[in-house]
Amino acid sequence: MSGRVLVGVKRVIDYAVKIRVKPDHSGVVTDGVKHSMNPFCEIAVEEAVKLKEKKLIKEVVAVSCGPQQVQETIRTALAMGADRGIHVEVSGKDYDNMGPLQVSKIMAALAKKEEAQLVILGKQAIDDDCNQTGQMTAALLDWPQGTFASEVTLEGDKVKVVREIDGGLETIKINTPAVVTADLRLNTPRYATLPNIMKAKKKKIANVKPADLGVDMASRVEVLRVDEPPQRQAGMKVETVEDLVGKLKEAGRI
Amino acid sequence: MFPGLTATQRLLPRLPRLLQRRRVTAEAEKGPALEKAVSAFRCVCGEDGVSLGEAVRQQHGRDESVHRCCPPDVVVFPRCVEEVSALAKICHRYDLPIIPFGTGTGLEGGVSALNGGVCFSLRNMDQVLDLHQEDFDVTVEPGVTRKALNAHLRHTGLWFPVDPGADASLCGMAATSASGTNAVRYGTMRENVLNLEVVLADGTVVHTAGKGRRPRKTSAGYNLTNLFVGSEGTLGIITKTTLRLYGIPEATVSAVCSFPSVQAAVDSTVQVLQAGVPIARIEFLDDVMIDACNRYNSLSYPVTPTLFLEFHGTESSLDEQISTTEEISGANGGSDFQWARDAETRERLWKARHDAWYAALALRPGCKAYSTDVCVPLSRLPQVIVETKEDLIQNKITGPLVGHVGDGNFHCLTVLDPSDSDEVQRVHLFTERLARRALAMDGTCTGEHGVGLGKRALLCEEMGPMTMEVMRSLKHTLDPKNLMNPGKIL
Repeated sequence: MSGRVLVGVKRVIDYAVKIRVKPDHSGVVTDGVKHSMNPFCEIAVEEAVKLKEKKLIKEVVAVSCGPQQVQETIRTALAMGADRGIHVEVSGKDYDNMGPLQVSKIMAALAKKEEAQLVILGKQAIDDDCNQTGQMTAALLDWPQGTFASEVTLEGDKVKVVREIDGGLETIKINTPAVVTADLRLNTPRYATLPNIMKAKKKKIANVKPADLGVDMASRVEVLRVDEPPQRQAGMKVETVEDLVGKLKEAGRI
Repeated sequence: MFPGLTATQRLLPRLPRLLQRRRVTAEAEKGPALEKAVSAFRCVCGEDGVSLGEAVRQQHGRDESVHRCCPPDVVVFPRCVEEVSALAKICHRYDLPIIPFGTGTGLEGGVSALNGGVCFSLRNMDQVLDLHQEDFDVTVEPGVTRKALNAHLRHTGLWFPVDPGADASLCGMAATSASGTNAVRYGTMRENVLNLEVVLADGTVVHTAGKGRRPRKTSAGYNLTNLFVGSEGTLGIITKTTLRLYGIPEATVSAVCSFPSVQAAVDSTVQVLQAGVPIARIEFLDDVMIDACNRYNSLSYPVTPTLFLEFHGTESSLDEQISTTEEISGANGGSDFQWARDAETRERLWKARHDAWYAALALRPGCKAYSTDVCVPLSRLPQVIVETKEDLIQNKITGPLVGHVGDGNFHCLTVLDPSDSDEVQRVHLFTERLARRALAMDGTCTGEHGVGLGKRALLCEEMGPMTMEVMRSLKHTLDPKNLMNPGKIL
């Protein structure tokens, strides 16, 4: 086994920011808004770095798709302990329309090229909440998948994954190479310290274009309109139960 | 009219009735003045920015102390410093008290509107402005809490270490000169505020170190920044604070060590600091506190005086710090260290410490708790703690002890039944004895919580009449109408 782990990291609007819809309803405001690494991607990076610290794998490669700014996100992964980065250059309309299908094609191509033993991704991104990239990547590669992982253990050439499911926890054992997606309780990501941030500046980030990987970025999905959730209307107080029943009848609810 | 007598002498016999009449007319005048002020407020902040609702006023009239809720007459929600200034001018015109409000997590009744007035809730001013990573400084608005700032900074390798436990507003922390578990290594707010933007009672906007300035040190003019730090809203409304940041430690390790006696634990603390170990946190919990924590968090620490320790540094410096500390604690009869190295285990350990308040309350459900906050020079710490424990036992008071012994500061979390007047009285007398014990040892009656409502008399004892006079004249200069948070500190 190559001992190489590929980790996908996505640059998203920071979770603490109040999202505003653009006046033309074509999307949300991203200019001048604080962006950071998707929290589930942080957990994915942390898990990969932990595996390397336990000497179970040899190299962690952080991958991000997007314009120039995603290099910051890759640097954060490098500061957390990833060894090198790959920046897949996607910009303009291609970037606006980029979704799980395109990203999973890219990840699959890179996984083959880098001979990865494991691909670890966040379970979903906090901007689109798709929860599809990991699953699609596994399907394209015809690799097993361990999604919603809350615990990952390497056992020889297999991986034991404890998954968070509706009924509780499910434990599966899958062959490597495999795709794993990280859920919230997998680990607590470390903070990047200043010395590590300085070291990360010296680590290499390779530049690649989707065409070099033979990936077609065309999207099958068109966003028609983005709206805010409806504003909460003020409630009203009533004095008696009879009033309440009357109002409900008026509103046609009973 | 009466020559030979001073104005005061002439008024003296009539003073009580004059005051009474003045209070009555003040009350009667407040109605129409308040109405005019409220419509002026609405012009500044919009309809949504002004609230007369009872629930909202109640929320803004209390903090986390035992002091009863004193709601303001109206709550306003300014969105920027220009609005704060405009609102303050209106309050100044109509003689309405101004009470700044951050997160309401104070412990000394600082936000109680004793004479009613206008509560300035600053939560909508929640931007992190001007982060300068290479200079280790950042400027924040009052709506930014310390956890929110550290989350914002998480990828920069920097953090703001002052940690009072609660997720408090940073400007509020500046106003109360907050401290916390990390102060022994990183200092309190006094050492970490570089500049403040303050709105005075008449609406004037002042930058205490000059607008936008953030040198690491300065000797330019009077230190106005530290005049406002700890002023608890009685001199002005803090609308921006520039903070000193630190690098996130490369490695962190926490440990728990049990001791056979209070003396042994406190002696160890003093010796560790005298040995020059740059320990990051050193927290003392007495046997009553550890027992309460065990029950509340389902833990099983030995029920005996305990130290919770945390070390920050590079891997190699940690090894040195730890070996020195282990030697000292061993020499004082301390147990083997129980270690917590990874983030999750450390968080659990410190959660047990931060939950001390709730663990103490859980000892006697239905009761309230009052925390004392004395701070003494390190060398006097063993004596003051031992005497305090004897006092508690003698007077049958439930009072677990927990504290930042590295600063000579500890809290006695007295748990009392507010309906038992005898107990209330006993606790009250105990806290006074404790404060006076600390003052007699060259200490202070409040290490980090502030004076607020309950410690005004003790402040006079601590400072003496001359110093109090200087404080009063400063207050009078900056706020001649006594509109800024009246009834607090002085």
